[in-house]
Amino acid sequence: MSEKTTSSVDRAGPTALERFINGVLPENPIYRQLLGMCPTLAVTNAMKPAVTMAAATAFVLICSNIMVSLIRGLLKPHLRILVFTLTIATFVTIADRLLAAYVYDMSKQLGPYVPLIIVNCVIISRAEICASKQTPGVAIADGIGMSLGFGIGLASIATVRELLGSGTWFGLHVLPATWPNWGIMVLPPGAFLTLGLLLAIVEWGTRRRAASAIWRTVRMLWSWRH
Amino acid sequence: MQEDRNRGSYIGQAWLVILLAALYGVALAGVQSTLSGKIEQNKKAETYEVMPDLVPGAQPGLSEELTVMGKDGQEARLYRAVGAGGRQVGWLLPAGGQGFGDRIEILIGVDTQVSTITGLYVLEQKETPGLGDYITTDAFRQRFRNAPTDRPLVVVKTDPSQENEIRALSGATISSESVAAIVNRALANCGAPLRELAAQARPGRQGRVESTQ
Repeated sequence: MSEKTTSSVDRAGPTALERFINGVLPENPIYRQLLGMCPTLAVTNAMKPAVTMAAATAFVLICSNIMVSLIRGLLKPHLRILVFTLTIATFVTIADRLLAAYVYDMSKQLGPYVPLIIVNCVIISRAEICASKQTPGVAIADGIGMSLGFGIGLASIATVRELLGSGTWFGLHVLPATWPNWGIMVLPPGAFLTLGLLLAIVEWGTRRRAASAIWRTVRMLWSWRH
Repeated sequence: MQEDRNRGSYIGQAWLVILLAALYGVALAGVQSTLSGKIEQNKKAETYEVMPDLVPGAQPGLSEELTVMGKDGQEARLYRAVGAGGRQVGWLLPAGGQGFGDRIEILIGVDTQVSTITGLYVLEQKETPGLGDYITTDAFRQRFRNAPTDRPLVVVKTDPSQENEIRALSGATISSESVAAIVNRALANCGAPLRELAAQARPGRQGRVESTQ
């Protein structure tokens, strides 16, 4: 997020591969950027709504990245946010209708959270940081990487909450029937507790070994390409 | 020169926004017309599923869809709820209107004479999570059960003293009032034609209905 907003001319930025890798962990939207907290907290009480939300967000993010990247040469700096929002809103509406047509029960359960994808900062920040400055190929890789990172974030929180709160995973009983369901985990406080604890674990892990391992890989790929 | 003129004109500034808006509009119209049939089908399936809750004794398999001419001069689509032995037990009216966030679509169950509300169900809503979306809860929907239909429902913020009073949800007065207004409008629109139909059907005849199923 260090890039400055300038005109929309192509310039050397991170490569497609770097964008993809960054999205998954080094710049994970949830654990590293702390963006998109509303769906993160609201729809992670079980795996099914979390995965549906992650898929809908991925669809919108990848499509809007492609669209914004295709028109990046035509963007006027002071009207760019309007164009981003218009593009994102269109794809969100399409996603909303697709869910209502093909996964009706999930569409009902997610209710207003699907239209709220419009204001998910993950998406508009990718339009601003990557898609409006780089080629469609890079924008697609960025969209897929960020979507994957967002999906991993949602799924990890939902796994903890559904397992501890209902003893199930994707609705299937995993823990023994004697497990006393921790009701609080499926309620809003459970979302904050789980997010806080997982954030702490990720932070702790990446500061230690994991961080150096990932950076070694990235550096290796970098030197291999150049 | 050209550059200067463009900088000053609104079209020169906003042509991309206008073009994209038109393009997206066409795309959304295409998506809507492609998927609306499937979405309606999903809603209809859910309507039949919840019918026994909203009209006691109704058997979805026996019930049928029909259209009546509403007071507003437009055809209204609704369901004749039929129970065991082919006896009509009530009506189920789909209705909709503007809520706080977006359009709210509900199902209203009434008895055959359209004198009492027997159940209410929220088919679609996008009200504020944690406040307005409580209109979908059983606790709120129960407040409509057994309300009379001879006078409009009134939303109150204290314990109801009259039968036609509905207690609002705390923090979601507009959502509560929207639901009550949708119910009032639907019953005012279809109440009379349905009573007429019920009176005709009583001697055992089917009545003058245009069945769509």
